[in-house]
Amino acid sequence: MTRGDRTWEKVCSVDDLEIERGVTALVHGQAVAIFRTHDGEVYALGNHDPFAKASVLARGIVGTRAGVPFVASPMHKHAFDLRTGVCLDDEQASVPCYDVLVEGGFVHVGGRRRAVA
Amino acid sequence: MTHLRPTLVVVGHGMVGHRFVQAAIERGLTETHDIVVLGEEPRPAYDRVALTSFFAAESADELSLLPEGEYADPRVRLVLDAAVTAIDRVGRTVTYVSPAPRSTDEPLTNPGAVHTISYDGLVLATGAAPFVPPVPGKELDNVFVYRTIEDLEAIREASRTATAGAVIGGGLLGLEAANALHQLGVRTHVVEMAPRLMAVQVDAAGGATLKRHIEQLGLDVHTGVMTELIDGDDDGVVSGLKFKDVEEPLPVEIVVFSAGIRPRDALARECDLDVAERGGVLVDEQCRTSDPRIFAIGECAAPGGTMYGLVAPGYAMAEVVVDALLKGPGAFTGADMSTKLKLLGVDVASFGDAFATTEGALELVYSDAVAGVYKKLVISDDGTRLLGGILVGDASAYGVLRPLVASGLALPANPEELILPASRGGVKLGMPDEAQVCSCNDVTKGQILHAVTEDGCESVADVKKCTRAGSTCGSCVSVVKNIIEEHFESVGKVVDKGLCEHFRLSRQELFDVVAVHGYKRFDDIVEAHGTGRGCDICKPAIASILASQFNGHVLEKETARLQDTNDAYLANIQRNGTYSVVPRIPGGEITPDKLIVIGEVARDFNLYTKITGGQRIDLFGARMEELPAIWRRLVDAGFESGHAYGKSLRTVKSCVGSTWCRFGVQDSVGLAIALELRYRGLRSPHKLKGGVSGCARECAEARGKDFGVIATEKGWNLYVGGNGGAVPAHAQLLAGDIDTETLISYLDRFLMYYIRTADRLQRTAGWMESLDGGLDRVREVVVDDSLGLGAELEAEMARHVGGYFDEWKATLEDPEKLGRFVSFVNAPDTPDPTISFTEERGQIRPADPDEPVLLASTISVGAPVETTVGAVR
Ligand code: SRM
Ligand SMILES: Cc1cc2nc3c(=O)[nH]c(=O)nc-3n(C[C@H](O)[C@H](O)[C@H](O)COP(=O)(O)OP(=O)(O)OC[C@H]3O[C@@H](n4cnc5c(N)ncnc54)[C@H](O)[C@@H]3O)c2cc1C
Ligand code: SF4
Ligand code: FES
Repeated sequence: MTRGDRTWEKVCSVDDLEIERGVTALVHGQAVAIFRTHDGEVYALGNHDPFAKASVLARGIVGTRAGVPFVASPMHKHAFDLRTGVCLDDEQASVPCYDVLVEGGFVHVGGRRRAVA
Repeated sequence: MTHLRPTLVVVGHGMVGHRFVQAAIERGLTETHDIVVLGEEPRPAYDRVALTSFFAAESADELSLLPEGEYADPRVRLVLDAAVTAIDRVGRTVTYVSPAPRSTDEPLTNPGAVHTISYDGLVLATGAAPFVPPVPGKELDNVFVYRTIEDLEAIREASRTATAGAVIGGGLLGLEAANALHQLGVRTHVVEMAPRLMAVQVDAAGGATLKRHIEQLGLDVHTGVMTELIDGDDDGVVSGLKFKDVEEPLPVEIVVFSAGIRPRDALARECDLDVAERGGVLVDEQCRTSDPRIFAIGECAAPGGTMYGLVAPGYAMAEVVVDALLKGPGAFTGADMSTKLKLLGVDVASFGDAFATTEGALELVYSDAVAGVYKKLVISDDGTRLLGGILVGDASAYGVLRPLVASGLALPANPEELILPASRGGVKLGMPDEAQVCSCNDVTKGQILHAVTEDGCESVADVKKCTRAGSTCGSCVSVVKNIIEEHFESVGKVVDKGLCEHFRLSRQELFDVVAVHGYKRFDDIVEAHGTGRGCDICKPAIASILASQFNGHVLEKETARLQDTNDAYLANIQRNGTYSVVPRIPGGEITPDKLIVIGEVARDFNLYTKITGGQRIDLFGARMEELPAIWRRLVDAGFESGHAYGKSLRTVKSCVGSTWCRFGVQDSVGLAIALELRYRGLRSPHKLKGGVSGCARECAEARGKDFGVIATEKGWNLYVGGNGGAVPAHAQLLAGDIDTETLISYLDRFLMYYIRTADRLQRTAGWMESLDGGLDRVREVVVDDSLGLGAELEAEMARHVGGYFDEWKATLEDPEKLGRFVSFVNAPDTPDPTISFTEERGQIRPADPDEPVLLASTISVGAPVETTVGAVR
């Protein structure tokens, strides 16, 4: 599926996503962590924790910090903003953040977003 | 017999006599002296102050101050049931008869043998006897006094057939006795000659408040009445009380006299020692009588002519005499007679110049008749200093007020704030740094602040440890707490016990909230008591609370997303994202066949294998999606989860014990297995570890565990609050020589109490330290059941034990839970390509990131590469 100049990849059914729990998907050959939050939003981040150097983010706890949806890495609990991939504990660090589209009950992951200023 | 070492004879083995011997042993007096103690009662010294709790106690032993029945120091000989009848000061001997006569009135009818013993020094610690006024009828049956365990046994016996009873005397002890009668189910009358209750400690208004409280409990109080005679029936048993100027006699079948005490100074009088005008052996500041070889201490003594009817001054005298015998400088120069007690559940405190006898003293009174509270402060004529006070119904301010009196501090501008209901000791006192806050340990406010600012203390527990403030009688703890909080407030630090930004409640409060409302879902809890959507701090904490209370499967839909890293996949995550697998091996005991199964599983899945520090085996390097297959094999072979991943019971380590070891005295392996199976799967604030050693050599390192058991000849010693790790702590003795059943009930209570009240990630040692009263508090709750929670805690544990199931087995049986164990949701057969291993010493280990990765790090989607697990590695 293509839309504009981006390639979207159909990954799974929304029902495969438990609320506030992640799954890992292989998208364009990369491990991507996909989360569904309490308000129904779906987010996708790179699964690789840059601190622990392990592909584990999807297995972290999802919650909010001062209203910001985030996932805490299961390794050493670094928090990443689900909307941007920026680490809430260390702004210098971030993980890739992907576009997400939910259509027809399916989750599609698009291209990597540019870092937000 | 010639004495090479001087002999000290102690007459009386009561509270003070016992304290004297203890101090003599501790301070080395027995290095040079032999001690013989002659006690008239049939049992060793017991806690007379707690006498009324005898009815609630399982046996008299619970009150005992010397449960072993003898001193560990062989140079002390304790002779019980031995009444001293005479002292020969010239020959330096005492005569005693044993067995002792049961009634002090009739020593001549005693059939006991007469003995004589020589002394070089003599210590009289004969205490006091209840005063029985010469009322006609006092010799009738069912007339009692209230002083010894035997008195209580007799009263209990009489209460079985009686319906009503009267206590003559409405003082402190009379109310204690009334409490006892009331507890025995007898309709109780308190008869007091004075116009009010507790005339010595409280004033008229305080007495009236107290009276109302006591009447509300269903007791009858008669003040200002004089008992003229006790009526008896034809069998010589009490039938009623006749008061002066009152027609109708009061029908009662029991009478207890509690009309004051008299020092037991008869021995001293008969050998011509000086006695005080109002009774009591006259002694000087070293507690020496008019004969320099003879001392008197406790309630039988009258230092400077005054006798003290409380135990603390007696203890001080005991220390002074040990000091004198060691040629030390100690002196007894009077005692603080302040009292704070709970009588029939009513707080009463009286301190300093309670009756405003100081010239020009002013009184400040707060009284609330409805709530039954009366508080009075006595203040110096210029209004600057607190001289004393009385508190009835709410004595919470005692902790603040007593030090104010003791240190003569300036009062705050509005002293009434000290006793207004809202204050509860919370007023800003503006105490100067030199003010003494803890009188027991002589700690000033300045020292407490120093501990906070310089030594990094943050809590009462820290300060207690650092300065000892609050560690003795505990009455100053609220002030210590205020000082700490005031300080943190003044530097702008909020002392916040809240769990995280989502909950302002502490873990303990959350635990209670969940219990009270019966919540089972995080969403309900956060909606009602929190904000936001939770985080990695509050979610696992709530998951643990829910697991402790309901024991459901941690991977149930509602709770799965709350679980911490390791619980979420029922395995321990490793640095490369793989997991370790630890099957339970209770007590470390395993059959060869099972050992072989573990070996085979490890070999077939190519797992790194290591013996852990917890007497079991850890298999490392399992990919998440392999976990179900590995556990299928283990469960089929009879293994279950070892909960190495949970904040829950890990292992109960054992030594071989009496089964094999030549020193073992009990079956430590059997008990360790039983305990591990009992508490397996129990979710707790932090991990829990146990140990059982078969003898005192302690090969299982039980005292390094949260709970440790060490076998003794008579049963088990139970230790609690130990751990290894970063801040090692030795477990402390909670109860000694107990049988297995008692051990388990104490452990059930201990663990549940911990689970209910500890902070998150607080191990038992830190938790105990943070409790007001520490180990003593734990013992009160667990052993003495002071909160009456014992049965409830045990029932909670029983529910846990009954509801236990193996969570790995249950996971294997549930497709929904199994569905989570996939590498990629859209490519479940593709192993995570970023995970790779190298070999070391013949086993796998994670490849370091800069080492060459075995597989390409990208794989195209749609047509996953067919790989076997082996090939990936
Ligand atoms: C495997 C093992 C080391 C070994 O190879 O022997 C081990 C491994 C870990 N220990 Fe341990 N500890 C192991 C025995 C111990 C012991 C020894 C013992 O139990 O007798 C101690 C000291 C005793 C104690 O706990 O009081 C110990 C004190 C700790 C601590 C410090 C706890 C503390 O209160 O200070 C931690 C950190 C923590 O829990 O916060 C810890 C944490 C860990 C963790 C869970 C760290 C983590 O989160 O990844 C390690 C992962 C285990 C895994 O992947 O399976 N481990 N750890 C041992 C497993 C025992 C078992 O069979 O379950
Ligand atoms: C019900 C009750 C409640 C109390 N509550 C409190 C309280 O809350 N706070 C407080 O401070 N105090 C309280 N007291 C008082 C406290 O118990 C006494 O102050 C304390 O026990 C005094 O210790 P003692 O060793 O001097 O006397 P005791 O404990 O009475 O010991 C004296 C011992 O000497 C023995 N003896 C006497 N004569 C002889 C002899 N000739 N030969 C051999 N042995 C002899 C006696 O049998 C006795 O065992 C209470 C007392 C009672 C009865
Ligand atoms: S603790 Fe005692 S019984 Fe156990 S192995 Fe060691 S020596 Fe033997
Ligand atoms: S006054 Fe501080 S412990 Fe007693």
